[in-house]
Amino acid sequence: MTGAPLIEVEHLTMRFGGLVAVDDVSFSARPREITAIIGPNGAGKTTVFNCITGFYKPTVGRLTLRADREYLLERMIGHEIGQKARVARTFQNIRLFPAMTVLENLMVAQHNKLMRASGMSLFGLFGLKVYRDAETAAIDVARSWLERIHLVADADRPAGELPYGAQRRLEIARAMCTEPQLLCLDEPAAGLNPRESADLNALLVSIRDRDGVGVLLIEHDMSVVMNISDHVVVLDYGRKIGEGAPADVQRDPAVIRAYLGTDESAADA
Amino acid sequence: MGPRLQHHLKDAGLTALVAAGLAFFIVGFRTYDIGKGLTFDYQFVDLGIAVVTIFFGRFGLSLAADGLSWPALVLGAVMGMIGLAPLELPSTFLHWFVTLGGLLIVLRTIWPWANHALAVARHSPRGVPVGQAAARWMGAALLAAAFVLPMTPIADQKTMDLAVLILTYVMLGWGLNIVVGLAGLLDLGYVAFYAVGAYSYALLSTQYGLGFWSVLPLAGMMAASFGLLLGFPVLRLRGDYLAIVTMGFGEIIRLVLLNWVDLSNGPAGIGSIPGPTLFGAVFAETAPEGKQTFAEMMGIPFSGNQRLIFLYYIILALALVTNFFTQRVRRLPVGRAWEALREDETACKALGINPTNTKLTAFAIGAMFAGFAGSFFAAKQRFISPESFTFIESAIILAIVVLGGMGSQIGVVLAAVLLIGLPEWFRDLGAYRMVAFGLAMVLIMVFRPRGLIAHREPSVRLHPVQRRGSA
Repeated sequence: MTGAPLIEVEHLTMRFGGLVAVDDVSFSARPREITAIIGPNGAGKTTVFNCITGFYKPTVGRLTLRADREYLLERMIGHEIGQKARVARTFQNIRLFPAMTVLENLMVAQHNKLMRASGMSLFGLFGLKVYRDAETAAIDVARSWLERIHLVADADRPAGELPYGAQRRLEIARAMCTEPQLLCLDEPAAGLNPRESADLNALLVSIRDRDGVGVLLIEHDMSVVMNISDHVVVLDYGRKIGEGAPADVQRDPAVIRAYLGTDESAADA
Repeated sequence: MGPRLQHHLKDAGLTALVAAGLAFFIVGFRTYDIGKGLTFDYQFVDLGIAVVTIFFGRFGLSLAADGLSWPALVLGAVMGMIGLAPLELPSTFLHWFVTLGGLLIVLRTIWPWANHALAVARHSPRGVPVGQAAARWMGAALLAAAFVLPMTPIADQKTMDLAVLILTYVMLGWGLNIVVGLAGLLDLGYVAFYAVGAYSYALLSTQYGLGFWSVLPLAGMMAASFGLLLGFPVLRLRGDYLAIVTMGFGEIIRLVLLNWVDLSNGPAGIGSIPGPTLFGAVFAETAPEGKQTFAEMMGIPFSGNQRLIFLYYIILALALVTNFFTQRVRRLPVGRAWEALREDETACKALGINPTNTKLTAFAIGAMFAGFAGSFFAAKQRFISPESFTFIESAIILAIVVLGGMGSQIGVVLAAVLLIGLPEWFRDLGAYRMVAFGLAMVLIMVFRPRGLIAHREPSVRLHPVQRRGSA
């Protein structure tokens, strides 16, 4: 690991009453890289995400984002992490705005930028040019993302009517419309067929290479993890049990044990 | 055909039997107070007519459901005619009952046709969704009708009174639509802000002699501040919890007004509130010292209707301002954020939208329009008391928004006409009009569960629809 990390997670612990969901986990993710967090069900992956994106307040630990400046994420409240530190995320069970159109979903994502341009709505209310220009620019941003996820023709359809795979892509595009410094994706490939999964890989690689955004990824689909991630962190029962390049992690006996299970004697070793 | 007909007849007979059993004690007897106690009278003719109507009603509905449209239509028409005919039925209600029964059969019969026609129309080849085009066309037509209404011969005092009342509810519905329809915050205490606006004007005008036009913005601000005040602590609650707290707030405001006699004069209310003026001219038969009446200013004879027509145009203008504002804000980032919050608050947070501030703006703006409407109400009634601001008002306004179709502006108008206008027009029905009101609500919810106008027009489009510039 060389170079300054984009996000540094140090001694992260999250307790819910007596349950320790995440236990002293430390890792870091570098800019312009895809870092995957893997592990069996209930390993605490989503909890780590929820801590990073402000949905949970960590019991112990420090979360540092180093981008345009340094942010201590554990001290920021909910929406500020999206607004100021610009950490965007998607959800395991898709959370679009179903009754709003595809385009509107992408416009809502540019809320803070547009809110400033509309002078807290005053300029917008009187239809000043400042705001109209900002809106046109925002529509252009949305259009370019729609082109990248092949949804231009569906722009004016309610997002809830889209097929499942398209909704997944739209959620990623929506997160990207916030111009994030770190993108957190919670199982983006869940429920996708192999072709859609391959499309997703291409999209994520282009987000890393073309947009230069660091991606943090929770995934079960090993084809996604092994093909595109630069760094893999393995969690099991809330602890980190391995870390490294995908090929190395694949050979790590501790990881294999966690995934495949072993007999008593091997577990004692 | 034979066995099916027999089956329908048997079914109708069974229904009539059940109805007769249920209605025997409810309709068949009537108690009278004769001073020393109660006695009762028999009303078996009423009962008989009702049961026969139910028999034929059920039979007609079965025929319609079975696809025997023509016999059903004929039966419905005959029942409608009997109901409307100047027969000597024991009560007016029975006339209505028979007529509505006939109407129901006819509606049930033509429903599949109408549905089919609508479905065909919806897929019109021109690319403009028909519902949307119809809504726009209907909006323009309603607006034109609203403008010319006072000049038409039907504009007598009763009609104008009703029109002012309906428009007040349209405005309140549009105001609440921002909170409930757009931001998705279930507010059961909207009447509180209406009361704040009304008392602001009543107190400022009677105590400090301020005029309607100068108080109007103040009343709006006052109500908006109350909205903020309430919003800060409660907007972290969601759904049902928020509804209960807002309902409590509505009651608190009413109870404060009732008990803080020094400020509000308690249950006795505030009277002799001055009405609105037009360029300083008052709408009354004689002007107070140093003022002139509208009739004098225009050099026309005085008539009581002038005041009503003036009030009508004020509320029309206020309502249109509310509508214009909402339409405009819906296309701004804050309006989109409201709708996004309604759809998914968690996702909003993840996108860096401040949910508390966004909800607060919706709440305060909604309250502001209620404040405007409230001060108009005080100026129109000239007398207000806490009794005008009970929970039922909040419930009616909410019903207007929900029945109209959450977030639909034109739907609110239709629902207001239906919910406020119909009960007034059907005053002949007496105590039964609330039954008719309930029936109308149930029918709407059965046939249009998402409200009268469920269509949602996108706030922005990538592909402009034909005959329209880009949004």
